[in-house]
Amino acid sequence: MLAAKQVSVPGRLEAITTALRPGQITAICGPNGAGKSTLLACLAGLHAPTEGVALLDGHPVATLPPLTRARAIGFLPQDGAVAWDVTVETLVRLGRLPHRAGPEADAAAARAAMAALDLEGFAARPVSALSGGERARALLARVLAGEPRWILADEPLASLDLAHQLALLARFRILAAGGAGVVLVLHDLAQAMNQADRVLILDQGRLVADGPPETTLTHAMIAEVWGLDAHWLGEPGRRALAFSPS
Amino acid sequence: MTVRPVPLLLAALALAVPLSLLAGQVWIDPLAPAARNALPILIELRLPRAVLALLVGGGLGAAGAAMQGYLRNPLADPGLFGIAPMAALGAVLSFWTGYAAQGWLLPLFALAGAALGMALLALIAGRTGGVALFTLAGMMIASLAGALTSLAISLAPNPFALSEIVTWLMGALADRGWPDVLIALPPTLLGLLVLWRTGPALDALMLGESAARSLGVDPARLLWRMVAGVGLVVGAGVAVAGIIGFVGLVVPHLVRLFTDRRPSALLLPSALAGALLLLVADCLCRLLPLAGGELRLGIALSLIGAPFFLRLLLAMRREIA
Repeated sequence: MLAAKQVSVPGRLEAITTALRPGQITAICGPNGAGKSTLLACLAGLHAPTEGVALLDGHPVATLPPLTRARAIGFLPQDGAVAWDVTVETLVRLGRLPHRAGPEADAAAARAAMAALDLEGFAARPVSALSGGERARALLARVLAGEPRWILADEPLASLDLAHQLALLARFRILAAGGAGVVLVLHDLAQAMNQADRVLILDQGRLVADGPPETTLTHAMIAEVWGLDAHWLGEPGRRALAFSPS
Repeated sequence: MTVRPVPLLLAALALAVPLSLLAGQVWIDPLAPAARNALPILIELRLPRAVLALLVGGGLGAAGAAMQGYLRNPLADPGLFGIAPMAALGAVLSFWTGYAAQGWLLPLFALAGAALGMALLALIAGRTGGVALFTLAGMMIASLAGALTSLAISLAPNPFALSEIVTWLMGALADRGWPDVLIALPPTLLGLLVLWRTGPALDALMLGESAARSLGVDPARLLWRMVAGVGLVVGAGVAVAGIIGFVGLVVPHLVRLFTDRRPSALLLPSALAGALLLLVADCLCRLLPLAGGELRLGIALSLIGAPFFLRLLLAMRREIA
C-alpha cells in the first residue's frame, strides 16, 4: 500500500490523504499548477512534505534507506532527460543501479525489460537516434529493469502520438495485472477515464475527488475544476469527451 | 571493431614510462656500459618526475571526467570548484612571505589553500546546496582567489619573489623530487578512491536529479564526495606542479568515444589518459630546447590543448549542424 496521510506542501498541497492499492492503475488529474507532480514526488519519497507523511506499507517513504526505496518504487520523471548519448541497453541497465545483484542478474533483468517493451532490436542504438515513442519506451524500460513494486510516472504520455499513448497504457495495464501499483499523472481525461481503475483529482493543492473514474470525472467535476462544459460520449471503457463551445 | 581503452592506455603507459626515464637533455642508453653511472639521474631526478606526472595527470583526468559527469556538461573542468586557484593562492603566499624558501612548505601552503577553498564551498553552499549553487560558489571562489593572487603579484616584496611566483604559476615538474611525491601521493590516491566511488551515482545523474534520487542517489553525499575527491587531487596537483590546465577538460573528450559514455566508464580511462598525456608533455618539455631552461609544462599543455579543443568544438559544431 502506498499512502499519503495529511500530506501538505505550502502553496502546493493541502492535507492530502489517500491510500493507493497495488494491482491498479491510479491516475492523478488536475489543471496545471494543481499539485499533481508534487504529490507524485511526495509519494515517491523525492519531496519531503512539510506536514503529514507518505507511507509505503506503513513505513514513511522519506526515511526509508534510499536503496530500499529505489528497489520498491520506480519513478519516471516528466522531462525524460538523458545527458549522455548512451545506447538503449546502457540506459535500461541504469534501472539496475539500486540492486547490485551481479552482472548476470542485472543483464537478465535489463533484457527482460527491453523485451517487455519490444526494444530488443534497439539495444545497441544510441538514445539520440530514437524517435519520441521509442525513447519513451526505453525510458520506461529503465524503470521496469529495476523490477519495482510501484511505478510512478509523471505525464508519461506527453509528447507521444495516440498510437504510442495506447501502447504505453496497455503496457501499464499488463504491469498492474502482474501486481504492480501504477500511478500516472495524466492530462488526458479520456485516457484517465478509459484506462485508470481509480482517479485522484487535484485542484489548487486540494484533493477534490478520489474514486473510480465514472464517479470522479463527472460533468460537474470537470466544470468545477477545469471550468469546461464537457460531456462523456460512448460506453464505459470507450469514452470520448465532447466539449460544448464556450 | 571495439577499442578497449584501458588495456590500450596501460600498454601505452608501459611503453611511455621507461622511455620518459631515458629521455632528457642527457639521453641514457640502457645498453651502454656506462648506464650504471646514470642511475642517480634516473632514481633521483627522472623517476620522481615521472611518478609525479602520472599522479598529477591521472588525478586531473579523473577529476575532469567526474566533473563533466556531475555537471552533465562536456565543457566542465575540475577548476570550476575554485579549488585550483585557492591552492595556487596558497602557494603564491608562501613565495610572498618567504616560506617557500623551505621547499616542503610551498606544497603545504598550496594544500592549505585547497582545504580553505573546500571549506569556503561548504560555508557558502551549505549542506543542501544544489549543483548550480555550488558551481556559482566555485566560480566566485576562483574569481576571488585570482584577484588575491594578482594582488600578491602586484605587491611582491622583491623582483625575485615576483619572478618565482610568475614562473611557478606556469606549472612545471622540473626540479621535483621524492619529497614532492610523498606530499602528492596520499591525497591523490585518496581523492581518486573517492572519485571512483562516485561512479554509479554519476551514471544515475545522467537521467536528471529527480530520477537519480529515485535510483537511490543521495545528492548531498554525492556533492561532498565530488568536493572531497576533486579537492584532494586538484589540491595535490597544484601543490607539486602549479597550475596545469586543459588536462581535465580535454582528456575525457579524448577517451569518451571509446567508452559506452557512462561517466563511471570514463573515470579509469581518463585517469590513465591524463597520466599518459602529462608524462608525454613533460618529456617534450625536457627535450625541446628553450633559452634559459625548459618549456613550462602548463604552457606546453595549453599550447597543445587549445588547438586540439578548438578542433573538437568544430567537430561538435559539424555534428550539431
